[in-house]
Amino acid sequence: MSSAPALTDAPRAGAMPPRLTPVDPARPEIVRDTGHAHGATVVEKPLSVAERLYNQAWLRKIVILLVLAGIWEAYGRYLDNDLLFPTFSATVEAFVRGLGDGTLPARAWTSLKVLLMGYAAGIALATLLTGLAIASRIGTDLLETLTSMFNPLPAIALLPLALIWFGLGSGSLIFVLVHSVTWAIALNTHSGFLSVSRTLKMVGRNYGLSGPGLIGKILIPAAFPSILTGLKVGWAFAWRTLIAAELVFGVSSGAGGLGWFIFENKNMLDIPNVFAGLLTVILIGLVVENLIFQTIERRTLQRWGMQA
Amino acid sequence: MDTGQPLLEVDGVTLRYKTPDHLVTATYRVSFRVWPGDRFVLLGPSGCGKSTLLKAVGGYMAPTEGEIRLKGRPVTEPGPDRMMVFQEFDQLLPWKTVRQNVVFALEASGRLKGRAALERANLYIDKVNLTKFADSYPHTLSGGMKQRVAIARGMAMEPDILLMDEPFAALDALTRRRMQDELLMLWEGTRFTVLFVTHSIPEAIKVGSRILLLSPHPGEVKAELNSADSPEAALRLENRIQQMLFSEEIEEAENV
Repeated sequence: MSSAPALTDAPRAGAMPPRLTPVDPARPEIVRDTGHAHGATVVEKPLSVAERLYNQAWLRKIVILLVLAGIWEAYGRYLDNDLLFPTFSATVEAFVRGLGDGTLPARAWTSLKVLLMGYAAGIALATLLTGLAIASRIGTDLLETLTSMFNPLPAIALLPLALIWFGLGSGSLIFVLVHSVTWAIALNTHSGFLSVSRTLKMVGRNYGLSGPGLIGKILIPAAFPSILTGLKVGWAFAWRTLIAAELVFGVSSGAGGLGWFIFENKNMLDIPNVFAGLLTVILIGLVVENLIFQTIERRTLQRWGMQA
Repeated sequence: MDTGQPLLEVDGVTLRYKTPDHLVTATYRVSFRVWPGDRFVLLGPSGCGKSTLLKAVGGYMAPTEGEIRLKGRPVTEPGPDRMMVFQEFDQLLPWKTVRQNVVFALEASGRLKGRAALERANLYIDKVNLTKFADSYPHTLSGGMKQRVAIARGMAMEPDILLMDEPFAALDALTRRRMQDELLMLWEGTRFTVLFVTHSIPEAIKVGSRILLLSPHPGEVKAELNSADSPEAALRLENRIQQMLFSEEIEEAENV
């Protein structure tokens, strides 16, 4: 751009020579009718069935899963050693048996209950910290310092401390869960609030909104993409932390979770059951990620065109 | 409305803001008066503080000197009696449909509730010819349509004054011209008061009824002109404004 401000859209009449090239009368002007393309060429046609099927991400993924299961089965049969590597079919069998006699659902429910408590507490703490960070500069500094200190600290490293403070049981589990959830959510939510466009904030204030009204009606929805990312990351952290923590000291008042189920069965050398436990962990993770979070995403971010 | 009183009085307003390194004076002792039904245009090159001035009228920043009064009351904070239409396309709430955007503005500001808000929203969405898209989300609309929604939203609030900050600057030339015509047609219908910021001389002449010419660095009032009503007069006015701004440029160049 030149330094002179662009003041006109139209050529400057009078002030400057209006035309730089003279009109050449020898060059005829061309005007054509359009609209003959119909019939002569394909304007729009549906894709073939195979192409449309290949465009479905879930179908491609299912094919990948089937191939992986096939490789697993083949290798398991080739090894023929249930103690080291049970076949896919043996794992499925153990999984179905576990589902049938109710042990797997019960264990999974125990884990999920603890997880939800920790997750909720983590969200509450993250909300509080983010609120402080938005309200004041000191709050921002506090959040930034705390997250940079604790975010790199693996939750499992706090387990020994948690054991001393809260004893064996869900208290210590929830403690490490809160630790693993809070920082991810607080960090993402805060950066989401910071990235809300100035225009949107001005629009909100134009309506006479301020304080909680502005936060609730403008900032939170506008920062929702980042908040959802935080919730997703927090969930993944929490799920991993929980299973790992249960493996170490899962038994709480006689009812252990999935991690403990895996640990127990390993001790009894019931390896198909160990695999069934792992499969359950994977399945729950998949369901939450692909059903719950993706549904939320489809209903909100994709519909609003806000997906980053 | 009492037409004997100016609607908006800007009285010797100096605006300063801080960047990390500098204290910038955006406008210096700017005064003007806007009367009801005016299409008042703030015109000037980049750096003349016209947008900053509009934000001050909007209540987003306080003058360091002077006073801004709306209907005799000093402006201290943003409010729904002065609706802004921004240049940016992201001024619509992306999580609400076109209709919800307008309704939300009415309800959040406490102007109207429920059914009345819905009816008012439908009326103004119809005025900008977007009834077909009332249930669409903003990201599915073109730039011109988004600006029309923003205008409908501003008008639906029936504010004392509509503040427009280069609302058509990010549009392509053809759309911009159509939007200018539409704005004038809307104005014919309701005769609302509008304060319009632009850096385009033809746009100022076309849209405005009264033009305030600002000089840059810092913004000072150079002239306050009546707009033209015939194409010939518009051409003459355009040349005149250009000379006024141009002569300054030449002086500046000589001073360097």
